[in-house]
Amino acid sequence: MAKGAVTPDFFATENLVGTFFNTVAFALLGVAFGSIAGFFLTLVFHHRAVKVFCAFIRAIHELFWALIFLQIFGLTPVTALLAIAIPYSGVFAKVYSEILEEADTAPLRTLHPETSRLSALLYARLPDSMPHILSYTLYRFECGLRSSAVLGFVGLPTIGYHLESAFAQGNYSEVSGLLILFYLVIASMRWWVRPKLLPVYLFVSMFAMRGGAEINWENGYRFFASDIVPHPVRVAENFDLTTMMGLLEWTRKLIMTQAYPGLLETIPLTMIALVCTGVFALATFPLISPLFFGARLRLAGHIFLVIIRSTPEYILAYIFLQLWGPSAIPAILALSLHNGAIIGHLIGRRTEKHELRQDSSTGLNLYAFETLPAVYPNFMAFLFYRWEIIMRETAILGILGIHTLGFYIDSSFSDMRFDRAFFLILITALLNIGIDWFSGFLRRRLRLRTTPDDGKS
Amino acid sequence: MFDLQNVTAGYGGKDVLHGVSIHIKKGERVSFIGKSGAGKTTLLQLMYDKNRSNTAIIPQDWGLVKSLSVFHNIYMGKLNEKPTWYNIANLIHPMAGEVEPVREIACKLGLEEKLFTPVGSLSGGQKLRTAIGRAFYRSGSVLLADEPVSAVDDHQSREVLQYVNDTFETVVLSMHDVDLALEYSDRIIGLKDGQVVVDTPTRGIKKSDLDKLYLN
Repeated sequence: MAKGAVTPDFFATENLVGTFFNTVAFALLGVAFGSIAGFFLTLVFHHRAVKVFCAFIRAIHELFWALIFLQIFGLTPVTALLAIAIPYSGVFAKVYSEILEEADTAPLRTLHPETSRLSALLYARLPDSMPHILSYTLYRFECGLRSSAVLGFVGLPTIGYHLESAFAQGNYSEVSGLLILFYLVIASMRWWVRPKLLPVYLFVSMFAMRGGAEINWENGYRFFASDIVPHPVRVAENFDLTTMMGLLEWTRKLIMTQAYPGLLETIPLTMIALVCTGVFALATFPLISPLFFGARLRLAGHIFLVIIRSTPEYILAYIFLQLWGPSAIPAILALSLHNGAIIGHLIGRRTEKHELRQDSSTGLNLYAFETLPAVYPNFMAFLFYRWEIIMRETAILGILGIHTLGFYIDSSFSDMRFDRAFFLILITALLNIGIDWFSGFLRRRLRLRTTPDDGKS
Repeated sequence: MFDLQNVTAGYGGKDVLHGVSIHIKKGERVSFIGKSGAGKTTLLQLMYDKNRSNTAIIPQDWGLVKSLSVFHNIYMGKLNEKPTWYNIANLIHPMAGEVEPVREIACKLGLEEKLFTPVGSLSGGQKLRTAIGRAFYRSGSVLLADEPVSAVDDHQSREVLQYVNDTFETVVLSMHDVDLALEYSDRIIGLKDGQVVVDTPTRGIKKSDLDKLYLN
């Protein structure tokens, strides 16, 4: 495997261009639709029901959405598109609303009180928030590329699909070749993602995707009307006491044999991964900070962090599992490295603005007595933000064979027991919503913010 | 026009104004003066909140949308008069029928050449004049302005205050600069610790008569 890593083979993959095209096109369309839907949801985001709805759709991982839509649309672009667009629209709705809320309210107050909500938003709030919204959307597109790549693991024609088969065949040179190309695609984004070119990209993507889906409506109808209905209710002739008892027993059994063991594995794993993420982030942010290293070493640090954070945790976990077999360690390692690299990057960038006294200490003393205390609140805020994400990912890593919730969901899908899968997905979503709420509560309570303190609050 | 009787107001449980009574008639030109924290801003906002549908306000720092053009910032004053879809269309492509009345206002304010320049790239004086244009487009007769001229030079200040007095029927300002307040208003209301301690016509008043507002 080590040999494969240093002898990348860029042309071993069949239909290489098509694979990368699919990966980028799915991400582009998924994020574009998600962003548009998210924006419209923002307009009604002040309703509690909308907030809960958005929390719910973003609490379900792209891969779970893909597993659901596979039953309806099969291995088609529509499945990939929806699997990305739906959870992303929930995220966009929330983050866009937060950005708009933080915008200066002074222009809004000058308007006539009868100005319509939408007019007021478009004129008085949106324009000055646009740079934030664009840069967040761009960041999300990078996430979309990773999501799209990972969708290959359930059979969609993206990079993940070829990674998995290359691994299965022990063709490690192909694996490293694919990964290196993937890093290059992400690293070069700033050169090829241009607002003016976006319509062209979107048009090309749509055009290439057309006719890809022969939608089986019958399947879709059966899936929602019958397959996901709990078994005792589905087979019952009428909803009487016996059915009721059957349903209770079905729920009890599912909780005791699958949901509970799944939770028992998911939650501790998440917590360990969260702490390790923090440790890794604190250990690596100096690598890219001008307070600690010169330009050349910093470049190496940047490359190191870019590579780790560009590799989806799912793929990292997959690789580690191939190396060490199925256990919690590879999962924890994958989650901590990926998320730690993201936080390390953000914190490292923030230290670029720190100005040192002329007589300030250096090295470890500087780190412990000046830098760390200065960035710590920020760091904690980012860490709490990632908590929910780590939880989502921990659940999903079950598909790779670790016994977290995703394991039971995936097994239910392969047994065609969609009612069970659906029930377990609901439990996973509720867990995520709970974590999201709790971390928000803690952040408010501890007054942690991800933006640098500007003295206004 | 504005009638406050024994008003107490504040933020977050802390009172900023204590039992303030003010009556301002149509056509008056009033300046609020006093130390910062005396309650000038709160008082102006309160007056605005009670008369939002027929009053325009220029908040501190002018409340402009920096990435929109002068035209759009002024047009914003009348968003309520047009259907939303029309406003959206006008945001994307300004309609000739809307540009004309706005251009007229901009001309008077010396902003003609900047009509389609984003406000963020204008000078302080030009920004202030855009905010006045918006207020004029919105109400045309009543203006509340919170320290409008504290960030522009003396020459610009005088020009702008003269323009405001010439175009608006009723003007209520909060002023940092007592000389300008005396010169461009016909009534001075002095605030101290959330209370009105001076309320007098400007005529015959000397600056030193107002010193007590600024003493501890």
